Amino acid sequence: MRYVYLTVFFIVVLAVSILGFRGSLSTRTPLEIFPDMDHQAKYKPQAESKFFADGRVDRPRPAGTVAFGRMSDAADANFLKADPALFEGKDAKGSWIKGYPSAITVDAKFLERGQEKYTIYCAPCHGAVGDGNGITKQYGMGATPTYHDERLRNIAEGDLFNTITHGKGNMLSYAEKLAAQDRWAVIAYVRALQRAAHATVADVPAEHKSQLGIK
Amino acid sequence: MSNLFPKSANKLPLQIIILVFVLGGLVTAGTTYYATNSYINVGYAPVQPVPFSHALHAGQLGIDCRYCHVGVDKSATSSVPAAQTCMNCHNQVKTDSPLLQVVRDSYASGDPVPWVKIHQAPDYVYFNHSVHIARGVSCVECHGKINEMDVVHQAKSLSMGFCLECHREPEKFVRDPKLVTNLDWKHPEGVEGQLRDGKKFVHDWNIKPPQSCSGCHR
Ligand code: HEC
Ligand code: HEC
Ligand code: HEC
Ligand code: HEC
Ligand code: HEC
Ligand code: HEC
Repeated sequence: MRYVYLTVFFIVVLAVSILGFRGSLSTRTPLEIFPDMDHQAKYKPQAESKFFADGRVDRPRPAGTVAFGRMSDAADANFLKADPALFEGKDAKGSWIKGYPSAITVDAKFLERGQEKYTIYCAPCHGAVGDGNGITKQYGMGATPTYHDERLRNIAEGDLFNTITHGKGNMLSYAEKLAAQDRWAVIAYVRALQRAAHATVADVPAEHKSQLGIK
Repeated sequence: MSNLFPKSANKLPLQIIILVFVLGGLVTAGTTYYATNSYINVGYAPVQPVPFSHALHAGQLGIDCRYCHVGVDKSATSSVPAAQTCMNCHNQVKTDSPLLQVVRDSYASGDPVPWVKIHQAPDYVYFNHSVHIARGVSCVECHGKINEMDVVHQAKSLSMGFCLECHREPEKFVRDPKLVTNLDWKHPEGVEGQLRDGKKFVHDWNIKPPQSCSGCHR
C-alpha cells in the first residue's frame, strides 16, 4: 500500500511540475477542453473569414455608399447625409459655415460632451487647454499648433469641422472616431478654450467674482 | 483453507475504499484547478506582430482607452484600432522604427495588422461592452491593469462564475461612468465608500444585471 501512495505522490509531483501553476504567462493558444459550441458558423466583428479573398469579416465600404448602424449615433442615422452644413461644414454655396448648423443646439450638456471627446481624442496632442503642449510634444511632435493664435481664433467653424473630418497636413482624420455631432461638440469646446485663454475680468459673471476674490 | 488469505487482507477493503476516495479527491482537485479558465486562459499572452506596449501608451503617455478602442462605449465589441490610429502619431514619432514596419505597411496597403485575439468569449455567450461601460463597470474588473502591461495577457478568468459574481452584487464594482477608463481609480473611502456609492448607483439607475440563463445565452 505504501508503494501505491508513493506512486500517486510521484504522479502528482510530476503533473504539477509539468503543468505549473495558475496565472503563469504563456504564449501558447489556450486549450479547449469541450469546444462544443465555442465556434459557431457566424461572423463576429474583426474576425477572420475564409469566404472573402482578403480574409476579413469586416467588409471595406464600397465606393459611393455611407456606413449605417454600429458606429453611428441615433441622431446620425440620417444616413443619406443630406445636410451639407451638418456633415461637411459647408453652406449651400459651398463655403465654410460660420457658427453651427441648424441641427445643433449648443448648451451646457453639449459642451460637456465636447469636453469629454476633446479630452480623449485631442488632448494627447493639443493639450488639455489647447495650447498645443500635449504629452506627445515631449516625444517629438513639434508640429502641433496652439488654438490661441489670431488665425485659428477667427477661423470659420466649418473649416475646423473640415480639419477634424479630413485632417490637415500632419494631422490625420478623426471622422472614424467621432460622429458628426461629436465633432461639432468638440468644436464648441475648442471655442470655449479659445475664449477662456483670452478672457478678461469682464467675462467673469458677477456672482462668481467674489469667489475669485476680484471686485 | 484457513491460510489462503493472510491476516492483513482483512484491512484491504477499507484501504481500497480510502484509496478510491483519495484518488477521486485528487482527480477532482486537479480538474477544478487545471481544467478551468483560471488555468487555461489566464496568463495567455500571445506574441503580437508589433510589440505594442499599453504600459507606454496608456500608462506613461496617458492616452485614454477609447482613443484606440473606439467602439467600446457604443457597441458590443471593443474594436482593436486600425493602422491609421497608430499613424496619427507615428507619422511624426519613431517614423522609421523597424518595430513599426508592419503598421506602416498596413497603413499603405489597407490590409489589417494581424493582431492575435486574447480575450475570447465562446460564441454561445452574449457579451456587450457598451452596457457595462455605460453603467460604470471599469475595464479593470474584466481585463486587469492593462495600463501596466507591456504585453497584454488575460488577467481574469471570464468564466460564468466570474460574470455572475458581479451580476449578483454589482454595488461592489460600479462607479461613476466618467471613471471607467481610469484603471488606477479606487474609491477614496475604501470598501465602505464603494459599497455606499455603489448601492446609490444601483438604486438610482435601476441596475439589474441578468442572472437568468437567457440573459447571457440567447
Ligand atoms: C496625434 C496628434 C493630434 C491629435 C490627437 C489631434 N491633432 Fe490637431 N493637429 C495636429 C498637428 C500635428 C497639426 C498641425 C497640422 C499641420 O499643419 O501640418 C494639427 C492641427 C490642428 C488644427 C489647425 C488646423 C489649421 O487650420 O491649421 C486644428 C483646428 C486641430 N488640429 C484640431 C484638432 C482637434 C479638434 C482634435 C481632436 C478631435 C485634434 N486636432 C487632434 C495633431 C493632432
Ligand atoms: C494607442 C492605442 C491603444 C490604447 C490607448 C489602448 N489600447 Fe488596448 N490595444 C491596442 C492594440 C493595438 C491592441 C492589440 C494588440 C495587443 O493585444 O497588444 C490592444 C489590445 C487590448 C486588449 C486585448 C484585446 C484582445 O485581443 O483580447 C485589451 C483588453 C485592451 N487593449 C484594453 C485596453 C485598455 C483597458 C486601455 C486603456 C487603459 C487600452 N487598451 C488602451 C491599442 C490601444
Ligand atoms: C498619441 C500618440 C501615439 C499613438 C496614437 C500611438 N503611439 Fe506608439 N508611441 C508613441 C510615443 C510618444 C512613443 C515613444 C517614443 C519614444 O520612446 O521616444 C511610441 C512608441 C511606440 C513603439 C516603440 C517604437 C520603438 O522603436 O521603440 C511601438 C512599437 C509603438 N509605439 C506602436 C504603436 C502602435 C502599434 C500604435 C497603434 C495601435 C501606436 N503606437 C499608437 C505615441 C503614439
Ligand atoms: C464586464 C467585463 C468587461 C469589461 C468591463 C470590459 N471588457 Fe473588454 N472584453 C470582455 C470580454 C468578455 C471580451 C471577449 C469578447 C468576445 O470575445 O466576444 C472582451 C474583449 C475586449 C477586447 C478585444 C476585442 C473584442 O471586443 O473582442 C478589447 C480591445 C477590450 N475588451 C477592451 C476593453 C476596454 C478598453 C474596456 C474598458 C473601457 C473593456 N474592454 C471593458 C469583458 C469586459
Ligand atoms: C464588475 C461587474 C460585472 C461583470 C464582471 C460582468 N458584468 Fe455584465 N453587467 C454588469 C452591469 C452593472 C450590467 C448592467 C445592468 C443594467 O444596466 O441593468 C450588466 C449587464 C449585462 C448584460 C445585459 C446586457 C443587455 O443588453 O441587457 C449581459 C448580457 C451581461 N452583463 C453579460 C456579462 C457577461 C457574459 C460577463 C462575463 C464575461 C459579465 N456580464 C460580467 C456588471 C458586470
Ligand atoms: C452573466 C452571464 C451568464 C449567465 C446569467 C449564465 N451564463 Fe452560462 N456561461 C456564461 C459564460 C461567460 C460562459 C463561458 C465560460 C467559459 O468561457 O468557459 C458560460 C458557460 C456556460 C456553460 C458551459 C458550456 C461549456 O461547454 O463549458 C453552460 C452549460 C452554461 N453556461 C449554462 C448556463 C445556465 C443553465 C444558466 C442559467 C442558470 C447560465 N448559463 C447563465 C455566462 C452566463
